[in-house]
Amino acid sequence: MTEFFQGLGMSYEWAWGLATVAGILLIALPLMLAVAMIIYADRKIWAAIALRRGPNVVGPFGLLQSFADGLKVFLQETIIPSSANRGLFLIAPIITFTVALMAWAVIPFNSGAVLADINVGLLYILAISSLGVYGVILSGWSSNSKYPFFSAMRASAQMISYEVSIGFILIGVVLFADSFNMNEIVKAQQGHGLGFVNAFGFNLLLFPLAVMFLISALAETARAPFDLTEAESELVAGYQTEYSSMSFALFWLGEYANVLLMCALNAILFWGGWLPPVDWAPLYAVPGIIWLFAKILFFFFVFSWVKATVPRYRYDQLMRLGWKVFLPISLFWVFLISGYLMLTRYS
Amino acid sequence: MIQLIAFYLFATIVIASAAMVIFARNPVHSVMWLILAFFNAAGLMLLAGAEFIAMLLVIVYVGAVAVLFLFVVMMLDIDFAELRAGFVRYLPLGALVAIILAAELIFAVGAWQAGGVDLAARAAPAVTDKSNIQQIGELLYTRYIFLFEAAGIVLLVAMIGAIVLTHRQRGGVRIQNISAQNRRRPEDATRLVDPGVGQGMEL
Repeated sequence: MTEFFQGLGMSYEWAWGLATVAGILLIALPLMLAVAMIIYADRKIWAAIALRRGPNVVGPFGLLQSFADGLKVFLQETIIPSSANRGLFLIAPIITFTVALMAWAVIPFNSGAVLADINVGLLYILAISSLGVYGVILSGWSSNSKYPFFSAMRASAQMISYEVSIGFILIGVVLFADSFNMNEIVKAQQGHGLGFVNAFGFNLLLFPLAVMFLISALAETARAPFDLTEAESELVAGYQTEYSSMSFALFWLGEYANVLLMCALNAILFWGGWLPPVDWAPLYAVPGIIWLFAKILFFFFVFSWVKATVPRYRYDQLMRLGWKVFLPISLFWVFLISGYLMLTRYS
Repeated sequence: MIQLIAFYLFATIVIASAAMVIFARNPVHSVMWLILAFFNAAGLMLLAGAEFIAMLLVIVYVGAVAVLFLFVVMMLDIDFAELRAGFVRYLPLGALVAIILAAELIFAVGAWQAGGVDLAARAAPAVTDKSNIQQIGELLYTRYIFLFEAAGIVLLVAMIGAIVLTHRQRGGVRIQNISAQNRRRPEDATRLVDPGVGQGMEL
């Protein structure tokens, strides 16, 4: 895109700056639109599984429901509890929202269509997703209220626990792809499964990791059945209890942007990202971004499906799954994969 | 140009937030400033071309260590008046530490000015077009393999030590045994009886 702006007769610096800003807008604005629609889709899927109609009043098929909700929230009064820690109380939702957007900088939408093509892309994702916990902790603490505080405690313990196993799972993928760069990881999957399927997930060694990553992603984004941070039967609404108006909406948007990010990671790391599902020439005529979106939407459907189907975990079960099941298995899998690669690729 | 602006921006924020760590009244605010300092230090690492170290700094310190700090500090019940009371008493000790640190800094700068020890050539990897991670990996797993493994063993010992120190067996606690629960069949838990009328049954 820098070349395009240079073609308009700008110096390199200005062209680069403008290209970066344009890239950020090109990612962030459609992402916000996607989040609005995905909230609607989530409610519709959930309703369909529960044999309800779901939102169907605002606009055709209720399509504009999210925008109506957004407008309502925007016009509401922002209430700050008198005993809250004012500064941190307002910063917390901003952190959640910003961090959820930041991670999208390294997501490749097509070959070369990535805002920041850095060679530590996957580590960047890990770093940014580990920041997400601060929004939750700070909102819980600064609300100066019991339930948000409990929720913040739960959220931080949960996210740290599952980040450990996610880290080991990612090492497995990196070992196979031989790179931390997201685009390289996608390219390494071309024809990987059985010689014609463009996915790591069809590799017998990586399939268990794909399953564990999907479950860990549910826990990392605090989606059902791991949504103990906002378990309404125990904690009112968790860390968001004291929030209202736009500060509440920012949490909501950030949460769904994170869910979309985790779906995108699933698609990119294990199921071929912007590559078509099968290594067959005519399929490459379809733009890569469409394949990527199809995969993201599929995983989002799985997330909603799980949310509508599976009952909520108990907190000790959640911790047990993270530390006693996923951590040993993923650690063992790192050994297994490195051993396999030493025997086959590097011997 | 942009590197220069970025460097001074990051460096200023690191120093300012490091100062705020000390000056902030509220310990939670202190930890938040510390996190900001870590984050900007990572930015400085990026400018130095060490993107791997920068990312590790964020993942390990911001993502894990600082969260645990925050975890502990948030749960403290702090009396601010009591905190400030010890200021005069600890002043001499603090000043001593500050003087020692300053002396060491001056000493180190002096030694560096005098030529320094030529460690740089030995530690640095050959300049190639390889990425940061590959270069570090090549050094770490070849030349420094024994030091690296020793560090690993030290960490393992520390981990086991922490577990041993904090682990205690409490009696009379009912713990869920998940495999036992899963092994339990209906036959183990229920029984089918057909009592006659008016006879009742033994439970």
